[in-house]
Amino acid sequence: MRAFQILIDGFAISALYALGATGFTLIFGVSGVLNLSHGAIMVAAAVAAWAAASVLNVGTYAGALIGVGVALLTAFATYFAVVKPIQDSRRIPNEEKEIFVLTGTLLWGIMIQELIAYFFTNNAKTVLPIVEGVVDVLGVRTPKNEIFTAIVCCLVIALLWLLVNRTRTGKAVLAASMNPRGVTLLGLELTNIYIVVWAIYGILAGIAGVLLGMFLGVSSYSVGPLTASAFSIVVLGGLGSVSGSLIAAFVVGYLETATAYLVSPAYRTIPALLLLVFVMYIRPQGLLGRR
Amino acid sequence: MASFFTSRLFFVSLVLVIIAATLPLYVSGYVLGLLTVAFYFGVFAMAWDLLFGFAGEVNFGPTFLIGVGAYTAGILNAQFGWSVYLCIVLGASASVIAGLVLALPALRVRGPYFGLTTLVAVLMLQNFIVVFADLTGGEIGLTIPDVITINAGANYWIALGFMTISAAILYGLSQSPVGLVLQASGQDPVQAGALGFNIVKHKLAAFIVSAFFSGLSGALLVFYFGTASVGTVVDVAVGVNVIVSAVLGGRRTVLGAALGAIFLIVAGEFLRPTGELATFIVSAVALLVVLFFPGGFLGAALSREARS
Repeated sequence: MRAFQILIDGFAISALYALGATGFTLIFGVSGVLNLSHGAIMVAAAVAAWAAASVLNVGTYAGALIGVGVALLTAFATYFAVVKPIQDSRRIPNEEKEIFVLTGTLLWGIMIQELIAYFFTNNAKTVLPIVEGVVDVLGVRTPKNEIFTAIVCCLVIALLWLLVNRTRTGKAVLAASMNPRGVTLLGLELTNIYIVVWAIYGILAGIAGVLLGMFLGVSSYSVGPLTASAFSIVVLGGLGSVSGSLIAAFVVGYLETATAYLVSPAYRTIPALLLLVFVMYIRPQGLLGRR
Repeated sequence: MASFFTSRLFFVSLVLVIIAATLPLYVSGYVLGLLTVAFYFGVFAMAWDLLFGFAGEVNFGPTFLIGVGAYTAGILNAQFGWSVYLCIVLGASASVIAGLVLALPALRVRGPYFGLTTLVAVLMLQNFIVVFADLTGGEIGLTIPDVITINAGANYWIALGFMTISAAILYGLSQSPVGLVLQASGQDPVQAGALGFNIVKHKLAAFIVSAFFSGLSGALLVFYFGTASVGTVVDVAVGVNVIVSAVLGGRRTVLGAALGAIFLIVAGEFLRPTGELATFIVSAVALLVVLFFPGGFLGAALSREARS
């Protein structure tokens, strides 16, 4: 009974982790950018969806759509106002750009977090779920919302896989991740590819944020922990490896759920952190990372 | 090194320290208290800059080192009643040991992996503080029975003196051959290694020095605050402040990091009337500096001096 419960709850949270980390790893894989405003963008999406549905009464579907739209706009703003100026800057030496992108996106994330806190307070917000009610799965009472979350996450990741591997745009993105200079020699504008990647990222982060808002609720305090957990999952999986972060998301998700049920919710995150240190020690590049 | 004592930077620093030393004679205790905290943060930021600016490693875990120093000193005083000075020494020592333990796995990896390893250390420390609440005071924090002194002026002078000495040592180190090797290994580790320098050993040394000053400063701060809590010495947000200070003041300048920290804390206080927007404004200013003056305050000033 409890095993089934861990199996089901763990699956939903793992799928959500996977979706939340996928966009983050995609951007890193393609352009080497570690976006530390990731958590802020997810929370912005959730809060926008909450405000649209609960305050403006536009309905749950329109609310969710607005949330994703806000994430998309925020992702574009992140790229054009922070990441691109740093990458194009002549005053920053090339070998330090990575560090400046980290610092810049970190500050940007704090700015978004503070604006959310200012306009919407620090209180936790739960986005109205699209499906409600409870259903019995393998003898475990499970909220339909939890099943919905898991299905949407899996669908979106599958769609992303199709997009990257089966379309022309996707192939250009893949090529850019392997050899940026080669892509420009083929006559493709690198900036355009990055814009496409940031658009995909914005939508992924938006969907993940809105689902998180429905499933667990968010507040401006969630920003840091969300960025940290996406970062951990992506590094555990191997930076830039999408399949690696999917595996890592399930390992972390199940480890946390099992700890919460079998030991105590207070110890929830500790085994996953220990595992992370252990993996860093024996395999510094992560599970499926290239060096 | 000798040229430093005739440089403009040295005279400006000397004048600033002398002016700062006279402040308790004519400013309020409130301002002194603010600056006392800012000076301890200045040491955090300088210690961080030694590792980041010179060795080129983003350490997301400054608060791991600070927190170990602070909590060790705090726990020994609050739970076992050991004397303040012994606690401070043991706090700094614990931080060095923790730095060594963290450096062993962390220095095997570079860039984002190093960043994450150090971030995880902070998250683990936070978890352990909450889990072992009997010893650490948990989320509420630990109340420290002893303080060094309750005199605001004396506290201020201790902090200023401590910051000045730390600055002299850290700056001297950064300009020494060791600092130059660190800088070389940050810019091109392969070439620096090919020249016969043991990069790992130098980085390990930088990590340990960084840990010593972070831990010492953390321990002193605990006996100033009279409390140790996750929010004041371990939280990731505190680490963000340290990182922003160093970048804002000018990376690779050591002294700039202290200026950045003082600016950050004083600006935060000035903006208090704006309420919840204070952090937003400070972050926005810092982002503008990062985008338009990547050398930071001191970096911009020094390059102007070099040009004229």
